[in-house]
Amino acid sequence: MAEMRREYILNAVIVAALFAVPLWALMAGEPFIITLATRVALLALAAVGLNIALGLGGMVSFGHALYFGIGGYAAGILAHHAFSGTPVAFGIPGTNQMLVIWAVAMGLSGLVALAVGALSLRTSGIFFIMITLAFAQMGFFFTLSWPAYGGEDGLPIFVRNQFPGVNTMLPWELFLLSFAVLLAALGLFAVLRAARFGAALMAIRQNPDRAAAVGISPFGVKLTAFVISGMLTGLAGAMMADLTRFTSPAMMAWTMSGELIVIILLGGVGRLCGPVVGAAILVGFETLFGGWTEHWQLWLGLVLLGAVLFARGGVIGLLAGREGHG
Amino acid sequence: MSALLKLEGVQVFYGASQALFGVDLELAEGEVLALMGRNGMGKTTTIHTLCRMLPMRYGKVWFAGHDISAWPSHRAARLGIGLVPEGRRCFPNLTVTENLIAAARPGYWTLQRVHEFFPRLGERADQSARTLSGGEQQMLAIGRALMTNPRLLVLDEATEGLAPTIRREIWEAIGALKREGHSILLVDKALAEIKTLADRCAILTRGEVVWTGAPGDLDAVVEARHLGV
Repeated sequence: MAEMRREYILNAVIVAALFAVPLWALMAGEPFIITLATRVALLALAAVGLNIALGLGGMVSFGHALYFGIGGYAAGILAHHAFSGTPVAFGIPGTNQMLVIWAVAMGLSGLVALAVGALSLRTSGIFFIMITLAFAQMGFFFTLSWPAYGGEDGLPIFVRNQFPGVNTMLPWELFLLSFAVLLAALGLFAVLRAARFGAALMAIRQNPDRAAAVGISPFGVKLTAFVISGMLTGLAGAMMADLTRFTSPAMMAWTMSGELIVIILLGGVGRLCGPVVGAAILVGFETLFGGWTEHWQLWLGLVLLGAVLFARGGVIGLLAGREGHG
Repeated sequence: MSALLKLEGVQVFYGASQALFGVDLELAEGEVLALMGRNGMGKTTTIHTLCRMLPMRYGKVWFAGHDISAWPSHRAARLGIGLVPEGRRCFPNLTVTENLIAAARPGYWTLQRVHEFFPRLGERADQSARTLSGGEQQMLAIGRALMTNPRLLVLDEATEGLAPTIRREIWEAIGALKREGHSILLVDKALAEIKTLADRCAILTRGEVVWTGAPGDLDAVVEARHLGV
């Protein structure tokens, strides 16, 4: 009980900090820090998506960069055609409206996750990890050899896409938009976890046969979770492409999939605000040590090693204690 | 009246060794049937087969008018077979409430009704199942099966390994469920309780039903031949 209350307070502090730091930067005139906070929010959003599959469902997807990249390319391609005034295909025009782009990004990511999940969820353990990785690598090499959209050079977004009532060119407003979407995703995660769906998903993770004996379809529930997971990560990819105004095959690289897993491990697997903490640590290391040495990932690796060896529940586990269900 | 559950010539093998040699069994709606027999005679195998957790080589399982012989276990459970497995088998890392709602299907039994039926589950709602006592875990396993709103409750050794006072509580709960009209298939070794609760008994020996009848007809001869150690 006390631990649950501690996690509530900790979550509130984390979310407040993610809001307060860029607010301070706004007043101090440090737009770069606002952009960093936006990056944290969007990586966290991508990881909240993965946390549904990995944290609640125990599905170690090593291919979530695929959905991140699909989202990124959805934003890049639609914006590219809106800018050049050419149709995407079959006379369908491009668009620079984020709401449309997000819907397309989530729809495509969801469809691909449905196909990938339907095939890979028939396996488990190392085979599941490898199959999800293989699908992501297929996406990676496809975009690499897709000259229409920049191939390995990637695709720039010349003018950031638009959202009604928001000036997306202003770092602070783009941050607020990203922060709001992250909050919505965290809300969705909390609702799913508290609902029958979340309980069923966690029950399957513990024992699929036992879950089936009480009427839970392991395959159906896991596939649903996998699709929702892919859609959220896809949304994050679309927004990240708009933040960096660039989309490239690197978004689909296996290192991206790895980063999302690292974020969750650092923050705490299955914990509501684990992805936010993990993303903050990752971006922090990237910024602090990235300017100083190319090998910043070595330091991140050491921290990850420490987390895995000494704090299995990640930072949230360390500060709020073990969850009733871990 | 057609049977709620019907097993016809069910044969089950574990690899090359045969466990069930053509089990025939019927249970009517509202009936309490006790499945008895010595250890290793096929009681749990029969239960796992009718819950569709084990593949059959020959035979058929009918439930509520459906031939469920080839169904996966989650479909059988949704059709209304609520299993309380041997050894409790809760989801240890989930809280009591999560254990219950994971199984929830619409019907009479809700979280609130299960809490009224087993007040201790209400008191321990946010505790993880692994921290419960054996008796409480058994209540949770029964509560979880009730949450599926089953048409048939299957209890596999529900009182095994529990302290006598807890056993009495569990038997009282099963009695209350019977009075409410639940159909129950019961595997247990407690003869005295079975004789007061069951409408009918079936005895399994070496993978076959060798005796069926009313509990009153269970005389010393039958007991000595089929149940005595």
